[in-house]
Amino acid sequence: MNNSLLTQDKRTKQRNAAEARFKAYGLVAILVALAMLVWLLVSILSAGSPAFRQSFLTFPVLIEESIADKSGTRDPAVLTKVTTLGYAKILAHSLEAEIAAKGVDLGAMKPKEIGQMISEESSATLRDMVMANPGLIGTTIPFTAIASGRIDGYFKGRVTMESAALDKNTSPEQLILADNLRAAGILKSEFNPGFVTMPDASDKRPEAAGLGIAIIGSLMMMMVVLLLSLPIGVAASVYLEEFAPKNRWTDLIEVNIANLAAVPSIVYGILGLSIFINFAGLPQSAPIVGGLVLTLMTLPRIIIPTRAALKAVPPSIRDAALGVGASKLQTVFHHVLPLAMPGILTGMIIGLAQALGETAPLLLIGMVAFVRDFPGGLFDPASALPVQVYTWTTRGDPGFVERASGAIIVLLVVLIVMNAAAIYLRRKFERRW
Amino acid sequence: MSFTKMSASALAILAASAMTASARDQIQIAGSSTVLPYATIVAEAFGENFEFGTPVVEGGGSGAGRKMLCEGVGETTIDIANSSSRIKQSDIDNCLANGVTDLMEVRIGYDGIVFASDVAGADFVFTPLDIWGALAAETVKDGAVVANAAKTWADVNPALPAQDIMAFIPGTKHGTREVFDIKVLEEGCKAAGAYDLFLAASAGADDDAKKKEAIEKCHALRADGASVDIDGDYTETLSRIDANKMAIGVFGLSFYENNTDKLKVATMNGVAPSVETISKGEYPVSRPLYFYVKKQHIGVIPGLKEYIQFFVSDEMAGPDGALADYGLVPDPELAATQAAVEAETPMGPLE
Repeated sequence: MNNSLLTQDKRTKQRNAAEARFKAYGLVAILVALAMLVWLLVSILSAGSPAFRQSFLTFPVLIEESIADKSGTRDPAVLTKVTTLGYAKILAHSLEAEIAAKGVDLGAMKPKEIGQMISEESSATLRDMVMANPGLIGTTIPFTAIASGRIDGYFKGRVTMESAALDKNTSPEQLILADNLRAAGILKSEFNPGFVTMPDASDKRPEAAGLGIAIIGSLMMMMVVLLLSLPIGVAASVYLEEFAPKNRWTDLIEVNIANLAAVPSIVYGILGLSIFINFAGLPQSAPIVGGLVLTLMTLPRIIIPTRAALKAVPPSIRDAALGVGASKLQTVFHHVLPLAMPGILTGMIIGLAQALGETAPLLLIGMVAFVRDFPGGLFDPASALPVQVYTWTTRGDPGFVERASGAIIVLLVVLIVMNAAAIYLRRKFERRW
Repeated sequence: MSFTKMSASALAILAASAMTASARDQIQIAGSSTVLPYATIVAEAFGENFEFGTPVVEGGGSGAGRKMLCEGVGETTIDIANSSSRIKQSDIDNCLANGVTDLMEVRIGYDGIVFASDVAGADFVFTPLDIWGALAAETVKDGAVVANAAKTWADVNPALPAQDIMAFIPGTKHGTREVFDIKVLEEGCKAAGAYDLFLAASAGADDDAKKKEAIEKCHALRADGASVDIDGDYTETLSRIDANKMAIGVFGLSFYENNTDKLKVATMNGVAPSVETISKGEYPVSRPLYFYVKKQHIGVIPGLKEYIQFFVSDEMAGPDGALADYGLVPDPELAATQAAVEAETPMGPLE
């Protein structure tokens, strides 16, 4: 038997091989996970980044008095009678005039069909401008209209000449004219701030749909969650950790908190529907209800890391404070809590990030609604970011696929920022004993 | 203590905003996901052209919408339920029990249900008999009931392509499935003579029970994977067809019309589905779409009556209106609906 250290015996070889195999398994696992992540990011970024660009038509618009104000009185009551359809005509006439003035080749397009290239959203924008300032009637103003969803899709590669020939919402002639308009400088693809500021739009105008209300709704809900769950969560943790006697009751509460953190979020939605809407009579689709439901869901997820942070403060700190005559309350609030704060904040931010991405409970309390008017307060209907992703993926028009992926990008960016903040706070304020 | 202060101020903010949350100033609507795109189009135009807020429209399904409508009277309940099938007596009873005594029924138009396959695939010329013959659990062969053994469409009808049978049909929670069952499966079942055979073989107690059992057998679909229920919406059916180019899917007409570059539609009894053929009654698979209004909310919720009037107006629901443009089949009796809305006629008992 050769027992030299330099030549490996059979058993050593086996052990070394086992180690090498284990390392390989680990590497494969990491690589698979990384490949999935890259796949996810590439597919979302490639599908969603076009949502941040948009085709706009810029041309002077003559607000014809014969359409906007037949009476010539500028009486607001008469002006409101002219609907967006009238303003759509004004836009179409002006675009036609601009095409003639710039000498753009119409191709096989009939002048009547030019209006179809402008989003209906723009007629509403123009109407609002005129309602706010009736003096505009009869004048020519510079105006930037949104191009229709199909034209926009053409420049993003979603619509092709072949698909347009089969599509009843557009035609190859329209696309040829769009190319000509682009060459003439009337049509431009630009960064689209409207995607994050404008409200949702109906199925007829995917080009105008934005995340404005969803972002505001999510912010409002996060405010409610923060204002309620931070004080309640921290107070509960401090009491349980520092003051409560250790007996069967507190054990029971502890087990329950751990269990509640694992309850599927949809359950909180059902709870919220019955308590806040059916019993307390709070309105449907309101951020206040969404915030309350998410608070219930987040509380156990905040209490657990907060208690861990409090536990991590060494007992010597408490003993020293008590030793120099501080009361229990002073010990906790002057010494223990400030030292535990970085851990508490990290737990809080991660809890909020989870709440921000939550969809299921919101579906039950009416947050999936189509909302066009910006909410004025916590009790007005609003939408939420993850829910907006969900509603857009169910819409029929292919333009919404790009919007949904764009919304995912916005949501991911917000979540990454929040998690980065949590890591930064932990690194900056962490104390080691 | 900062925490007590913070929680106190949070509660104060909540209380203060609870005080200001008085009268609701926008209409709330929920219900059918088939009616949802139409309702959002009208809601959007309504918000732009009237001095009222934009109505808030939610999906959730016809049955869920009617249930929410019947929860009671007051601002926390919805004003309108969209529905792709007619209200049921059980809904009306539920409404009455909760004090919702007056409902208005508004028929907005018709929805066509179409069969479509991948745009590059073969052409299909269907009859209800073909669909039933391909998808039913049991078919008729030489006057006897046998388990369905058809593998390709050509096995069912030699005129159809020799392509494996694969169909994505709406799941049972969809209103569309009901129309598919009644207008396609039952028709095909009766045309094949299977209904009579089922009726004769039925062991039901009386005639009604026998008929019920025969109809149920007509609706029974094969479970060997040739027919797949889709519980999601049409976008899911579309992506399944995208992945399986040989399959046939069931869609709403408006969904098909917005995806004509990806889908090829099949004819039914030789008629291609379109707004025209459906409104003339030539294309057989269609159904009326409704919404139900809680009449007690008219005059309480601002703009409610104006919204209903706007919905059924010619510029929205009419033959050249915005909704027909999106794929709604206009109701030939729209003028009668407009008059009924004007007079706020409540709905009568179901016949």
